[in-house]
Amino acid sequence: MSYLDDLYQEIILDHSKKPRNFKELSDANHKADGYNPLCGDKVSVYLKLEDGFVEDISFMGSGCAISTASASLMTQTLKGKSLGEIETLFKNFHNLVTGKSSASTELGKLAVFHGVSQFPVRVKCATLVWHTLQAAIKSKPETVSTE
Amino acid sequence: MRTGQQIIASGRYQTLNPWLEVEKIREDFPIFKEKIYGKPLVYLDNAATTQKPQSVIDATIHFYSRDNSNIHRGVHLLSQRATEAYEHARVKVQRFLNAAESREIIFVRSVTEAINLVAQTYGRKHVEAGDEVLISAMEHHSNIVPWQMLCEEKGAALRVIPINDDGELLLEEYEKLLNSQTRLVAVVHLSNALGTINPVKEIIEMAHQWKVPVLVDGAQAAAHLEVDVQDLDCDFYAFSGHKLYGPTGVGILYGKADLLDSLPPYQGGGDMIRSVTFEKTIYNVLPYKFEAGTPNVAGGIGLGVAIDYVNEIGLSNIAAYENELLSYATEQLCGIPRLRFIGTAHQKASVLSFVIEGVHAHDVGTILDQEGIAVRTGHHCAQPVMARFQVPATARASVAFYNTRDEIDVLVKAIHKVIEVFK
Ligand SMILES: Cc1ncc(COP(=O)(O)O)c(C=O)c1O
Repeated sequence: MSYLDDLYQEIILDHSKKPRNFKELSDANHKADGYNPLCGDKVSVYLKLEDGFVEDISFMGSGCAISTASASLMTQTLKGKSLGEIETLFKNFHNLVTGKSSASTELGKLAVFHGVSQFPVRVKCATLVWHTLQAAIKSKPETVSTE
Repeated sequence: MRTGQQIIASGRYQTLNPWLEVEKIREDFPIFKEKIYGKPLVYLDNAATTQKPQSVIDATIHFYSRDNSNIHRGVHLLSQRATEAYEHARVKVQRFLNAAESREIIFVRSVTEAINLVAQTYGRKHVEAGDEVLISAMEHHSNIVPWQMLCEEKGAALRVIPINDDGELLLEEYEKLLNSQTRLVAVVHLSNALGTINPVKEIIEMAHQWKVPVLVDGAQAAAHLEVDVQDLDCDFYAFSGHKLYGPTGVGILYGKADLLDSLPPYQGGGDMIRSVTFEKTIYNVLPYKFEAGTPNVAGGIGLGVAIDYVNEIGLSNIAAYENELLSYATEQLCGIPRLRFIGTAHQKASVLSFVIEGVHAHDVGTILDQEGIAVRTGHHCAQPVMARFQVPATARASVAFYNTRDEIDVLVKAIHKVIEVFK
């Protein structure tokens, strides 16, 4: 497989075209907006946290295939997860897309993003939604940025 | 909005087929020996910065290895040589813009600095609460933010000339916006985001009827259009060396001598003074009044050599060749399904901005990069333009005289690949 095929895997293309959990969450108790000034990608994460667990999560926004698919797959993966698990997942995900380590089993479907590591300028596309999620958990009212 | 087919059908592009030995020209640019992922470099990001001919690179090396010293200071031979070379470059710029006098040519760092200089000198002196500064809807951030900062400081208002769906300025609206409170008009000559060539001469004439001076942002225009500041009758004209095949870190502000003379200095420091005591400082004459501190000497000399290079080919030949190439590229791209041009003005140069339905510009950029093609993707430092066309970003191919039809063919093939990936 070429680097390009590795980056744009079927599952990523599918999620970028038909993003899951792509809506506002009316009963969210945490929300944050993320913005990548470099390419103009915007994402909002809506989070319903109950006793430290993700009861529900969704996102809205506009961005490239990588950032949209990353948001879509992240929301799918995180439902029912605890804050502690989220922290570990983000660390693993970050290591994966920056090429610091290969996919761990708990990453599940998120492992498809390993191709990003060959494209350093695209790492921020994959991680924007995760940074935004962190801000949502802390419920910072202001827009977060990947810069 | 006009489609690509309509653009071609309107016959605006004449097939001039000018005689330009592009293969030979390409040999002057060492970067074209570079391979990108093992493929030949197809450099179509000229609006961001242009490549440098060997002569410019050599001039910089020559300066540092043979003439290096500070200018306007020493009596020693090296300082004389450096000063002479630098001042000679100023004269080359003067001739290039057809300015009346060389003291009207101020060396700055870039267009960005040139505009900030005007905002901080002319703006500080003449713009007051209730006044208005007029810019257009297609400005680069560097011709928006300095005016916003000034207007905020002064309690003045920033007014914006709107554009139509083709990316052309609405001159009727412009006329209505001019009034007795207008203190300055600042417009781009050739838009980096849309490729539109603005009718700056007309714009200037209209402003002058209100005795309002005009600053023209020539960042893109300098490399693609013949510029005659006396014919335009513009009050300020700015361009950057790096977009004109010269080094980075050097730019030019042209200003009419009387106007410049009447303004307070920009930065304080060495070289811009005639005498300093703790009680009073007397400023130097033009252009030095605006050139505080040690400038980018090698950059200025390199810019002079870049101008020599461009003159050798001739800007009219360059413009004709590029126009033909742009027309070819437009024709080839407009047949691609799902591709839409952003910026379809009647008068255009160099720039093809486009979006592909269902594909983000960033993904287009990554796939083209893998084919060795350098284009710019994003908002091109013109977020208000993106907002006007309701797109988050575009992909932008911008041609220079060293680009070829073959390279356009490589681009077209790669775009088909993008569409294939994002079926
Ligand atoms: C139209 C326009 N104006 C201003 C600038 C700013 O030029 P610089 O970054 O060299 O100051 C650019 C560069 O992209 C431009 O295209």
